[in-house]
Amino acid sequence: MARVVVDVMLKPEILDPQGQAVQRALPRLGFEGIADVRQGKRFELEVDGPVDDAALARINEMAETFLANTVIEDFTVKVEESK
Amino acid sequence: MTARIGVVTFPGTLDDKDSLRAVRTAGAEPVSLWHRDKDLKQVDAVVLAGGFSYGDYLRAGAIARFSPVMETIIEQAKAGLPVLGICNGFQILTEAHLLPGGMLQNNHLHFICREQKLRVETSGTAWTADYTAGQEIRIPLKNMDGRYVAEERVLDELEAEGRVAFRYLDVNPNGSLRDIAGITNAAGNVVGLMPHPEHAVEPLVGTGRTDGLGFFTSILKKLVNA
Amino acid sequence: MTLDTVKHAGETPEAEQPWKELGLKEDEYARIREILGRRPTGAELAMYSVMWSEHCSYKSSKVHLKQFGEKVPVNDAMLVGIGENAGVVDVGQGYAVTFKVESHNHPSYIEPYQGAATGVGGIVRDILAMGARPVAVVDPLRFGAADHPDTRRVLPGVVAGIGGYGNCLGLPNIGGEVVFDDCYQGNPLVNAGCIGVMKHEDIHLAKASGPGNKVVLYGARTGGDGIGGVSVLASETFESTGPAKRPAVQVGDPFQEKLLIECTLEIFREQLVAGIQDLGGAGLSCATSELASAGSGGMRVELDTVPLRDSSLSPEEILMSESQERMCAIVEPDKVDRFMEICEKWDVIATVIGEVTDGSQLEIFWHGEQIVDVPPRTVAHEGPVYNRPYARPAWQDALQADDANKLARPANATELREQVLKLVSSPNQASKSWITDQYDRFVQGNTVLAMPEDAGMVRIDEKTNLGVAMATDGNGRYAKLDPYTGAQLALAESYRNVAASGAKPLAISDCLNFGSPEDPDVMWQFAEATRGLADGCLQLGTPVTGGNVSLYNQTGETAIHPTPVVAVLGVIDDVTRRTPVAFAEEGQLLYLLGDTHEELGGSAWSQVIHGHLGGMPPKVDLDREKLLGEILISASRDGMIDAAHDLSDGGLIQAVTESCLRGGKGARLVVPDGLDPFVFLFSESAGRAVVSVPRSEELRFNDMCGARGLPATRVGVVDGDEIEVQGQFSIPLSELRAAHEATLPGLFA
Repeated sequence: MARVVVDVMLKPEILDPQGQAVQRALPRLGFEGIADVRQGKRFELEVDGPVDDAALARINEMAETFLANTVIEDFTVKVEESK
Repeated sequence: MTARIGVVTFPGTLDDKDSLRAVRTAGAEPVSLWHRDKDLKQVDAVVLAGGFSYGDYLRAGAIARFSPVMETIIEQAKAGLPVLGICNGFQILTEAHLLPGGMLQNNHLHFICREQKLRVETSGTAWTADYTAGQEIRIPLKNMDGRYVAEERVLDELEAEGRVAFRYLDVNPNGSLRDIAGITNAAGNVVGLMPHPEHAVEPLVGTGRTDGLGFFTSILKKLVNA
Repeated sequence: MTLDTVKHAGETPEAEQPWKELGLKEDEYARIREILGRRPTGAELAMYSVMWSEHCSYKSSKVHLKQFGEKVPVNDAMLVGIGENAGVVDVGQGYAVTFKVESHNHPSYIEPYQGAATGVGGIVRDILAMGARPVAVVDPLRFGAADHPDTRRVLPGVVAGIGGYGNCLGLPNIGGEVVFDDCYQGNPLVNAGCIGVMKHEDIHLAKASGPGNKVVLYGARTGGDGIGGVSVLASETFESTGPAKRPAVQVGDPFQEKLLIECTLEIFREQLVAGIQDLGGAGLSCATSELASAGSGGMRVELDTVPLRDSSLSPEEILMSESQERMCAIVEPDKVDRFMEICEKWDVIATVIGEVTDGSQLEIFWHGEQIVDVPPRTVAHEGPVYNRPYARPAWQDALQADDANKLARPANATELREQVLKLVSSPNQASKSWITDQYDRFVQGNTVLAMPEDAGMVRIDEKTNLGVAMATDGNGRYAKLDPYTGAQLALAESYRNVAASGAKPLAISDCLNFGSPEDPDVMWQFAEATRGLADGCLQLGTPVTGGNVSLYNQTGETAIHPTPVVAVLGVIDDVTRRTPVAFAEEGQLLYLLGDTHEELGGSAWSQVIHGHLGGMPPKVDLDREKLLGEILISASRDGMIDAAHDLSDGGLIQAVTESCLRGGKGARLVVPDGLDPFVFLFSESAGRAVVSVPRSEELRFNDMCGARGLPATRVGVVDGDEIEVQGQFSIPLSELRAAHEATLPGLFA
């Protein structure tokens, strides 16, 4: 079985208060030098059968219509080698 | 004669009973609709009530938008069926692209429940005809994902077309852009807002005010006079 | 892995068992062997160990809790008493109300969000299991010092957890408390209460009767939640290298719970269950043994049919799992199909896992082999009972002798004014809206009163306007000074709060939070507090319907203050007659009801100004409380008062400040003759309230108080935009509001 990972992030121009809260906490915890933090979602899809172009096209469609709301979010799709 | 107004129950919907009560209080006939049924039972208008449909997992409203009942609602809304989306209902309407923009977590990251002052910006929708433009009302607000966002271009367009239907006054409770509390589609039949008019229809409970009743009397008059 | 079957246990009597690691005492283990006539299997040992734990068996508290069943006041309202999931009272018009308060203290310290969230989930399922629709929740909370770094970890997590879970269920959060005290630093108290409503005929009890009836487990799948302790069985008894230790933290899924509520209510409507029990602490062990024990005794369960989230779970772990959002129902065979249909409608997984038998043993099988064969009563209801030694602590006299009435008082009006501002902005007295605004109080459209009102109130019948009210109160400082009186003060305050809202108090539930029962000092506090509460309930005519005991709330040798929290439930025939706390009408007269004595022991003033705890708590006069309650209820019903606020911690000035800020109107106060201004403002004498009387009603109101013998003193008028104490000082409302409302956001936002 192959794994396809879909990462969903808020569009760069949209305020991400969760990311900001994390960033603000970092210096307090002694982690310096982080200029910005943005928080996103990761979906791990275990795919039955081969991950060919057709399968990836379906996954792209799924991400676009469902996993991400493209009004506010961007997404990327990548194939991970199975272990 | 009266009008039949449907209220949809998704798994996780919370304010369906309140919305049914508000419909009844306004004098219309309330009709329960179920998420798995495509059939709208010949209602004349639909309310998408607040709550956490499907747990709001993935994104608020994202899963509900693909339910069977929404297939029919989306189709008929495009043909003019009046639809009011309250809170989670508003989130569903944006996910369904019946209204532009999207909803994100409040900028302060907390759930917020308060009595909220709003300005009704337009009486030109199916759901606000009983208000006057510029009228100030106080109704409950309660949400986790209430921050309305859209591209600048879209916001400008909404403003230019008079489609910002409600704006927060005094306090912007969630970081919504341009203090937007609710919007309408161009035709005025689909309206969404975060605050809860259905919790403000009786003097005794909730805020102790009836400022929200106008939503339901507006639609009733429109339907009865149609 | 070798399965430790009943047969195997019989053949290997000498096998070593980790009873000690599971928290059993040597004599308890010996008793289990005696009951069974052999050594227990691993699964049986797990069941006994958890069901005989303090948490499930009440083994240290039982001998004292007995009083609640013995000192029962004459009260026709009681329909179901102590012992069931929750008590039930009659509120008239064919309605019954069930309510209960429980603790989720330890889990909330370890993982504040999930601990508090699953606390809400648990109490709601308890109420549901009685056949009731849950209609409201309340949350009495206690934390360490407000400015302690760990409180900044615990409090926001707890509040977010209560909101995150409760808000998703569609239950208005209408009341509770938030208290800060150093004594709760390592032991926050996260108590949760729920009210449910049903018709009399819909009361359901947790028992399994009728041989052949099916045992149905429904709700979430079973996972490895909350079974940290039991992993020891898998690792030590059966294999040297067992599975990794399971997490002790349960994770809640409020969406699943919402579906479970709706699904269960529909099942009740169609009368499909013969008995029902929620799964909480001790999971299936508890549910199966309690259902069987309360029924005819016999039950057979095929444990391998339980739907799992994690297929690696051992049978012992499945029995112990505290996975949330599960219920267990007893269903007649011909109703099973319909039961399953309703579950399917709500996307709830349901599985027949066994049936009621005509035997007397609880028998559990794993892939056809028997791993449990026990008399269920010995697991569920006949656990050990301890008469723990108790003795009045050696330090109690010195504490009581350290008189707070002798503390330095403000020297002049300027200092008095400063101390008022200090008091109303102190974390305990400050506005809690930063917390309560994270809870939905409007949902269901029936909320008549919610925080910061004296009591929460919901309408339960839209046609008749019948409603119920609930308040929860506790004061660990008073109870530390004198646990007997402290428990009665908690009862009196909660009773007064309900009466001040216009509702008639009917019955109580309690959540008794104490330190270690193995410490005779703590055990004395517990004995005194329960005695005080039982005596008080008898006198007030409000029976204890049930509740919860939480012990071992201590860090090292230091116990928390004894903290009995009392929830009083009241009924109001017509919610339009309710009395809010807000002073909203200019010109109305303010009357102080009751007597004010010089009583500062345990007071908010002594804590805020002097960091002091000593002396005696205020005196309790329960007959006076009863009279005050009657006056408040009559005055509300007959329209003689427009606002009422009980006087408790912080005294008169705290109550007047809250009522003025709530109504947005000021007040001019006059110190009554013969009373010191400081005592007038800060004393915490019990049995008092301040009311706002329309001028047209003054005569009638005075006559009523006079005729009934309740002291009523005119102390001022609602007026202007400041609080003025004549001859002393005045503070603009804006200044009071800033002081009162900025504290919590400043600490936690």
